[in-house]
Amino acid sequence: MANKILAFAEIKDNKFKSNAYEVISEADRLTKKLGTTYDILAFKTEESELKKLSEYGAEKIFYFDLKELNSLYGENILLSHSAVAKVISSFISKYNYDILMVSGTTTGREIAPRVSALTESAYAPDCVGIFADDGNITISRPVYAGKSYIKVKFNTGKIVLTLRPNVFKSEKSSNPPSALEEINISDYGIQKTDFKAVVKEIVLSEGKLDVAEADKIVSGGRGLRGPENFHLVEELANVLGAATGASRAVVDAGWRPHSDQVGQTGKTVSPNLYIACGISGAIQHLAGMSSSKCIVAINKDKDAPIFQIADYGIIGDVFEILPALTVELKKLLNG
Amino acid sequence: MKIIVCVSLVPDSTTKVKIDASGKKIDDKEVSFIINPYDEFAVEEAVQLKEKNGGEVMVVSYGTEKSKEAIKKAFPIGCDKGVLIKSETEDFDAFAVAKNLADFISKQNPDIVFFGKQSIDFDGMQVPLMVAEITGIPCMSVVVKLDITDGKARAEREIEGGKEILEANLPVIVAAQKGLNNPRYPNLKSIMASKSKPIETINAVYSGNKVEISEMYLPSVKGKGKILENGVESVQELVKLLREEAKVI
Repeated sequence: MANKILAFAEIKDNKFKSNAYEVISEADRLTKKLGTTYDILAFKTEESELKKLSEYGAEKIFYFDLKELNSLYGENILLSHSAVAKVISSFISKYNYDILMVSGTTTGREIAPRVSALTESAYAPDCVGIFADDGNITISRPVYAGKSYIKVKFNTGKIVLTLRPNVFKSEKSSNPPSALEEINISDYGIQKTDFKAVVKEIVLSEGKLDVAEADKIVSGGRGLRGPENFHLVEELANVLGAATGASRAVVDAGWRPHSDQVGQTGKTVSPNLYIACGISGAIQHLAGMSSSKCIVAINKDKDAPIFQIADYGIIGDVFEILPALTVELKKLLNG
Repeated sequence: MKIIVCVSLVPDSTTKVKIDASGKKIDDKEVSFIINPYDEFAVEEAVQLKEKNGGEVMVVSYGTEKSKEAIKKAFPIGCDKGVLIKSETEDFDAFAVAKNLADFISKQNPDIVFFGKQSIDFDGMQVPLMVAEITGIPCMSVVVKLDITDGKARAEREIEGGKEILEANLPVIVAAQKGLNNPRYPNLKSIMASKSKPIETINAVYSGNKVEISEMYLPSVKGKGKILENGVESVQELVKLLREEAKVI
């Protein structure tokens, strides 16, 4: 069958997060447009967790034990992106899948291009729209960090896609529940030499929510006047359960870590709520956040470019408005 | 130590995108081009490694004649020689770039190959990883810290909310993220000395695209937002709007 789809459902801390549900929901929608079917490939985890995937319309949910894969390396490791890419590629070849869909997380975007090279497939990263016209897949995606978009068509039927997180809707399918099947890693001919680079350790910043994953972001810019004032941004973010972001200017000045930077040389984000505090809105910054669903700007300069893309805004002093907004939201959300 | 660093030429990040008459690419008539900002971290790391361990840094770009500009911008940092893998057309996809770079890199037997983690034009984050799989060389990408000792590479790779600590044996491909180092500003002397550095041109061995851009378009413009003008007095109204109208809190 042409256009046979495989969706890779990524796991984090033994659970499937929203990005995994977004990918399988979109795979389900695509099968309906194409008149085809799809399967899921995932790492083994608790059966109850795997079963949650079964309401999203896949025919089968295949899973394999990452620990068993890692044991082929011989030393203690957490992950090898190249080895996982090899397993997925072999699985695709064995069962003749045409299209692979992966979430555009840091892991997904590390593995997907590897699989595309191994299977000689076309690769389109960071998709925000996937279309099927007359059985042909096309996609849309941002380029120049969102300053413009492209529509892409493919010169081959073998395609690998990564989907931008927080863009595609998750919804359960009308199809019957999917069957679960464990696959045996030893059937895929993985050698020690397939583990090219290996992850020995993962160090997570305690309690810190990443801008790339957050559905709400509060960002600060030069208007905060110094790193010592960023507690105002953090306090507002805490009340909202939001991640803290920053403009390039304050990252380059060393006030904030570069992992917080939103914009063309930082992260491109599309949260539900983006609050820009003391950020004038340089074109590089706007590029990285303008696809946010609701943008709120707080700036004392009424002519700041950020107001041109804001859905809501207050013209005024961030040093007065941020504490007041934090207090107001605390009352609302905790009361 | 034999070090290769791959660079590309991109529109400056302050560029305002206009679409050209073909409707498929940007109108670059008034655009100034720069070396891809992530490649600057790659070049700096390559040069630091040479300064520590000896050897040479070769800077490579795939593209048309114009891509020599990217190579020339890397020279004053401390690269020794340049290679342009020349494409007949400007219309190539990432797989074509990766195939040609992989072919070249395999013949060179380098100890380390550096890339920027992505170019800021098409943001694909794919070429280093494709080159890795085609050549069979280990790849570490989105790297913010790198240590090369006794034929081993140890790197910190940025992930959501933290870092992965990676290890691999040389040769290795490293794709640089902002934060890996602080790229130096070349001085006048090194800029002058760079003018005589050689750029060899070789022909591409692979052509053919797997993906094709059928259209480029600008994002839809939002309607005018509600901008409140009474400073701190407007906070309650903003909260009400976010709650009742936007329904985001």
